Amino acid sequence: MEIKAIGCEPLQLKMMHVKDGHTLKVYKDHGGYAALEKALKMAPGDVIEEVKTSALRGRGGAGFPTGMKWSFVPKDSPKPKYVVCNADESEPGTFKDRYLMERDPHALIEGMAIAGHALGSKTGYIYTRGEYKYLIDIMDVAIAEAREAGLLGKNILGSGHDFDIHTHTGAGAYICGEETALLSSLEGFRGHPRMKPPFPAVEGLYACPTVVNNVETLTAVPQIINMGGLAWRDLGTEKSGGTKLWSVSGHVKKPGVYELPMGYKDLEKFILEDCGGMLRDDKKLKACIPGGSSVYIMNAEQIVGKGVTMDYEGLVAGGSSVGSGGFIVMDETVDIMESTKNLTEFYKHESCGWCTPCREGTDWLVKIFNRISIGEGRPEDAQLMLDICDNIEGKSFCPLGDAAAWPIQSAIKQFPGDFKKWLAGKANGVVEANV
Amino acid sequence: MAGATATSYTDKVLVTDEVAEFSDAVVAEMRSHLDKYPAERSRSALIPLLFVIQRERGWIDNPGVNFLAKFLDLEVTDVWETATFYSMFNLRPVGRHHIQICKTLSCKIMGEPEITEHICSKLGIHPGETTEDGKFTVSLVECLGSCGTAPMMQIGFDYHEDLTVEKVDKILEACK
Ligand SMILES: Cc1cc2nc3c(=O)[nH]c(=O)nc-3n(C[C@H](O)[C@H](O)[C@H](O)COP(=O)(O)O)c2cc1C
Ligand code: SF4
Ligand code: FES
Repeated sequence: MEIKAIGCEPLQLKMMHVKDGHTLKVYKDHGGYAALEKALKMAPGDVIEEVKTSALRGRGGAGFPTGMKWSFVPKDSPKPKYVVCNADESEPGTFKDRYLMERDPHALIEGMAIAGHALGSKTGYIYTRGEYKYLIDIMDVAIAEAREAGLLGKNILGSGHDFDIHTHTGAGAYICGEETALLSSLEGFRGHPRMKPPFPAVEGLYACPTVVNNVETLTAVPQIINMGGLAWRDLGTEKSGGTKLWSVSGHVKKPGVYELPMGYKDLEKFILEDCGGMLRDDKKLKACIPGGSSVYIMNAEQIVGKGVTMDYEGLVAGGSSVGSGGFIVMDETVDIMESTKNLTEFYKHESCGWCTPCREGTDWLVKIFNRISIGEGRPEDAQLMLDICDNIEGKSFCPLGDAAAWPIQSAIKQFPGDFKKWLAGKANGVVEANV
Repeated sequence: MAGATATSYTDKVLVTDEVAEFSDAVVAEMRSHLDKYPAERSRSALIPLLFVIQRERGWIDNPGVNFLAKFLDLEVTDVWETATFYSMFNLRPVGRHHIQICKTLSCKIMGEPEITEHICSKLGIHPGETTEDGKFTVSLVECLGSCGTAPMMQIGFDYHEDLTVEKVDKILEACK
């Protein structure tokens, strides 16, 4: 697996190949904690302004501007405020946060401490998915090191500001990546999402003002403070600032975590050259899901020769979106009915059951897929599935419902042939009628 | 289900009032989790504590839940409410080595079916089952965040990535 930057100096990936880069000493030797020192001398409002200028957008999937999110936290609230790092990383195809925490845990601590200063918060929590226990162990060691060095705890670096961080794990539930469900889970309850508004910035953890940010969002913050928001933004484009990590899996020769400047040109080159091209030379690119399982699937015609730029605007124009940056590349051996069935099973399994459209809808969709896959598909099933998706999308309590509908809607649209052959009423796709 | 006892809550057979007991060291470990949260918010420690119960007792059993309810001053049903939501909590006993094979898309297209077939036929069980000697349980699970090194599986808390049939054989042999 590759871990490298293309088209820019490694920033997020700076420490990835440095020996003992996870230790405080080596992190400091590479300029670590200079940003925290600088930020502590700045007024909190100026730190937020710097993050706004950087055009940093949340890397967890929704892409919400981070500086703006921070500015929603009420300054005059008498309640404690919290910084929560979302390290749930359960979106299929996404595995970047894992390497950030494994090899550069102090960058996350530094980013959270800067956020703590900017927001007037004394306490941070890192919520990782339960399976990432080894990362909790790494983070706990790094946190202890930072405490020992006066970088966390009371009066950090003599600034008069207190900030400490605790780790917390989930226990196997994709929905706990959704920020309000994460907070329910952090309070010891089932991971059901909560009504918004109130947004977490106003009423989050323990009904106190809370900022929830993805790992990669928080590890970008020290870079922004170090080089200045404008310089960081200019690494990318005006609207999509900075660099971004992409997790690449599936049928390419070099899967891995890649750091690219926002606005990288282009998607085709990235897959077919940077990632080493197709895994098997005699198999053609068929499909790509660029932003984790929840975004629209793209067919090869949408990619090859289209010059799709890799940033928020470019991928939307190209027919999908950035999401969590989890690339899944598929060659012509993959049947898109089957791949969509696989993802629908995921959403059915992960639906938290709170609201009817998502709970029942995903269940029905899987039942239909199961019937189709044993050769009992009917021509009207495509429309039936689209109707069910229509009853989920925009009608469910949280975005997981939408995320379940989008792969199906886009797959039926972009790969009609893969569905038609299954829906002709003939067993197992052997007879390719009506294609 | 191999080894399922009649005290399993989810089997709805029998609910016991028995309360599990733990060594001083384990209780101290549990207390240390409480320190992370505001005093009046001790329920926040519920998930980390359920992991301790599972490690100590092998699964989330009735006496363990009863203990936690007392420890956190919650109703027994509060503890069950949370425990039954999360897929990592085993509500039935599992084998000493819990093999969890990722079945989601990236792993699927990179060879998961062959790995699953190999493991299951080698152990003589289907996904969801435990070997008769109680050594292995095989489960199929959703994406574990290792898609770039697919196919993969997790045994206990250990990740095993870039799997091949030969690699799997070695890993299983190393399981005592
Ligand atoms: C079903 C669902 C799952 C999500 N999973 C994650 C996740 O694993 N990690 C993450 O950072 N954000 C995830 N998000 C997005 C969060 O709700 C939230 O937008 C994000 O943590 C905010 O941080 P950011 O602004 O830094 O991206 C998920 C959202 C939904 C609806
Ligand atoms: S959309 Fe799905 S995951 Fe979200 S609240 Fe409803 S049932 Fe739960
Ligand atoms: S799909 Fe298997 S680890 Fe992500």
